[in-house]
Amino acid sequence: MSISPFPTTRRSVVLALSSADVAERTRAFDTLVGCYWKPLYKYARVAWHRTREDGEDLTQSFFTRALEKESLASYDASKASFRTFLRLLFDRHVSNEWKAGQRLKRGGGETHLDFDSAEAEIGRESSQVTTPEEYFQSEWARSVFALAVERLRARCDGEGKHAQFAIFELYDLDEDRGVSYRELAIRFGIPETQVTNYLAATRRRFREIVLDALRELTATEQEFRAEARALLGGAAR
Amino acid sequence: MRWLSDDSVSRLREITEQPDLTGTRYRIVKEIGRGGMGVVYEAEDLELERSVALKVTNVALNESADLASEAKTIARLEHPAIVPVHDAGTLADGRRFYTMKLVRGTRLDAWSMQPHGMTERLRLFGRICEPIALAHASGVVHRDLKPENVMVGEFGAVFVMDWGVAGVGTPGYIAPEQMRGTAADARADVYALGAVLTSLLDGREIPRRLNAVIARATADDRDARYADARALAEDVLRYLDGEPVSAYRENVFDRAERWMSRNRVLLVLVAAYIVMRAIVFFWMRL
Repeated sequence: MSISPFPTTRRSVVLALSSADVAERTRAFDTLVGCYWKPLYKYARVAWHRTREDGEDLTQSFFTRALEKESLASYDASKASFRTFLRLLFDRHVSNEWKAGQRLKRGGGETHLDFDSAEAEIGRESSQVTTPEEYFQSEWARSVFALAVERLRARCDGEGKHAQFAIFELYDLDEDRGVSYRELAIRFGIPETQVTNYLAATRRRFREIVLDALRELTATEQEFRAEARALLGGAAR
Repeated sequence: MRWLSDDSVSRLREITEQPDLTGTRYRIVKEIGRGGMGVVYEAEDLELERSVALKVTNVALNESADLASEAKTIARLEHPAIVPVHDAGTLADGRRFYTMKLVRGTRLDAWSMQPHGMTERLRLFGRICEPIALAHASGVVHRDLKPENVMVGEFGAVFVMDWGVAGVGTPGYIAPEQMRGTAADARADVYALGAVLTSLLDGREIPRRLNAVIARATADDRDARYADARALAEDVLRYLDGEPVSAYRENVFDRAERWMSRNRVLLVLVAAYIVMRAIVFFWMRL
């Protein structure tokens, strides 16, 4: 059976930011925070050269204010991608904080963000910073793929397909990807052909999840295509 | 969430983009190009044990119908300069694909950088026009002609590629009306061919009559252009044969110049005869 390459199962959370339903709005906001907080924090640290403490405060205060003022709902898809809109909004936030010359104190009830992990990642990343825009885009891509990997893991776990995900992880995600089909077959006690079948099926699911996530994070078909080009580099020109 | 290294991100990009060839008889070898609608890979046909070019729709573009239409268009246009389609279908991931002969050669933009004479360039241009003329006669418009879409094979064989029926044109080659969004017809291809001819002759002194051919092909007003690729090719061939071209009204001096250019051998022989007679005449007077 063929699978549609254009999954439309998930509704755009960018559009849901303007929903009249508070619960839907909150869910949409949380999804966006989940995808964007780390790229923004790293952007503040690496592109804006802010200290860890400032980076944490700027990221927390940015989302707190965005939630309070519902500023993200003013996004106009005809002007720029949501990603660009968010970065420019963040730039303005950082600039205003700089002018005010004070750090915002963290408000109560905000989402807990794991800044330790973000900080550890900055230390491990080797990518050269070219322009702030490019750095933010590359971190956004990393975040979208990481989100897709987590969703894939959750789906595989939910369906008891632990071996399928483990093979995908070992073969496609591990940094020293020297493992062969044969080694995987021995390790999991399955024929080599089964390893290739598992990999093909898991990659197909991963592809669907990535496109699904991208559709969720964009507002229009045009934006979806443009962001697919940005995410896949030359891949979807 | 798991941290992904740059290397892992690149790998996941590839995985997301790569077509799912499960259940087909093809195996990807490498990517060889990207067109308006899809990505072209060199692939191995495992059944027939031969290399083919496999074109597949972009992963994020819902243009499967266009790719199927492109395959049908190419299959309908049987010409040695149009790469034949071998197979077409839908992949396990829902994307459309088709396979075609794998063309090996030099892209026209690279070929034109090589040392070729004016006559060779014009003859090659005539061969580029042939498949386009066939397409125009069949009611098909290429819409994205440019040097990057023409391959020159061994012994000067020409292949016109990327017959994406949804082609949107390329700056420098796109006709003004196509840029404005007007439906492209054969004259839009004529404009692009005129621009291709200009790029083929880049850096060379272009004779007046040939310049007039290019000016007519690339006129802003499409009504002022050649009606189709055949009419343009015929004028270029007339130029090569030393005949009058329809794009240029000659005066008596032009006609004389063209006659002399066309009858250069005869003129040399006559001149040699006159010189010989003069020498004999003066020799006899001594």
